[in-house]
Amino acid sequence: MAEVKDIKIKEESAFSFGKVEKKLISDPLNDNNPITVQVLGVCSALAVTTLLSKAIVMGIAVTFVTAFSNLFTSMLRNYIPKQIRMIVQLVIIAFLVTVVELALKAVNYPIWKELSVFIGLIITNCIVMGRLEAFAMANKPWKSFLDGIGNGLGYAIILIIIAAIRELFGKGSLLDFKIIGPTSEYMLNTTDISLLSWYTGNNLMILSPAAMFVVAIIIWVQRHYNKKLVDIS
Amino acid sequence: MGDLINIFIKSAFIENLALSYFLGMCSFLAVSKSVKTAIGLGIAVIFVNGLTIPMNWLIDHYLLGEGGLFGMDLTFLRFIIFISTIAALVQLVEMIVEKVSPSLYNSLGIFLPLITVNCAILGASLFMIAKEYNFSQSVSFGLGGGVGWALAIIAIAAIREKMQYSHVPAPLRGLGMAFLLTGLMGMAFMGLMGIDPAAFK
Repeated sequence: MAEVKDIKIKEESAFSFGKVEKKLISDPLNDNNPITVQVLGVCSALAVTTLLSKAIVMGIAVTFVTAFSNLFTSMLRNYIPKQIRMIVQLVIIAFLVTVVELALKAVNYPIWKELSVFIGLIITNCIVMGRLEAFAMANKPWKSFLDGIGNGLGYAIILIIIAAIRELFGKGSLLDFKIIGPTSEYMLNTTDISLLSWYTGNNLMILSPAAMFVVAIIIWVQRHYNKKLVDIS
Repeated sequence: MGDLINIFIKSAFIENLALSYFLGMCSFLAVSKSVKTAIGLGIAVIFVNGLTIPMNWLIDHYLLGEGGLFGMDLTFLRFIIFISTIAALVQLVEMIVEKVSPSLYNSLGIFLPLITVNCAILGASLFMIAKEYNFSQSVSFGLGGGVGWALAIIAIAAIREKMQYSHVPAPLRGLGMAFLLTGLMGMAFMGLMGIDPAAFK
């Protein structure tokens, strides 16, 4: 424990927040987005985006895990032998994910139940592993921590966009609050004036292939405005 | 026996790991550019999935469970133990394959170590726990899941190879198109959902 504290105190002097640090956070939001550019962590992005609330919880969980696994790996980077680094990294990630899972189970049981295996799958979420390999093994703790937060947020933002589109068109609601379509399921309550009351939920949007289409459209829009991302080959 | 065939077909087609649950998408999208490499990765996944799932079942029941070796409920350690088993087993398989069949080893190449972080493997292990299978069922589930994943990646690689001759809008080229194709294939696989697995009994 003493060693960890020592390192923290030493790094305190390096707690700066200048241009480089700002770029670490803003870069993954657009130019280097984990999902639409690096294609990391797609699996969970598709499965948990049927409801906005699930996507928000997942985004927070992943941001927490990327930030702290980056921090811890970066602190230990000089002590990890190269041959077994994968297993060390996996143990760090698995420890953090277990913490998140138990915390979520205690705080919000229904959401934990709905996310089921996908919280566990954060372990093999390629963003976490990818950032550890690409960034944390070669950079100082504070910078790695910011990089983790940036990538987690970049992931969360795409998740929230996908989930908002899917929930709005699939169920006509956002965060379980009815926005479009009839307020009563069987259209009996016709005196209630609601927006676009003729709208019936599009069931395709609830199914998982719809997430693929939404991601494809996001990629299309993003690359239309950000020409340097276009695939030339 | 009918039960095992039933689980095999269910996990390979109806609940396909790649196209119904969208697991292992990172390597699914990254390695599906040519059919040859897709076949290599597909075989490796069948191999590792078929081994790790029964292995994890044994560990879960005889080490972590309440009736296990330590006599207490250690299931909160599942993630750490499962991922270590997978990592260790992948390493072991790699060494054995290298010794026994160098030609197969060369054709699998880098894909074997990559499988450690393929979420289809860990996901299948967690599903196996969630569905409360017994040992022989978990063997069948592991093999079926691997075969389904391999079929899916080979199919999408074949489509993507043909796609090179098509005129696709520039922003959609490559990755965007891969996402659209996977979505369409997922919808096609949903057609299999109507199959009643009881018919195979």
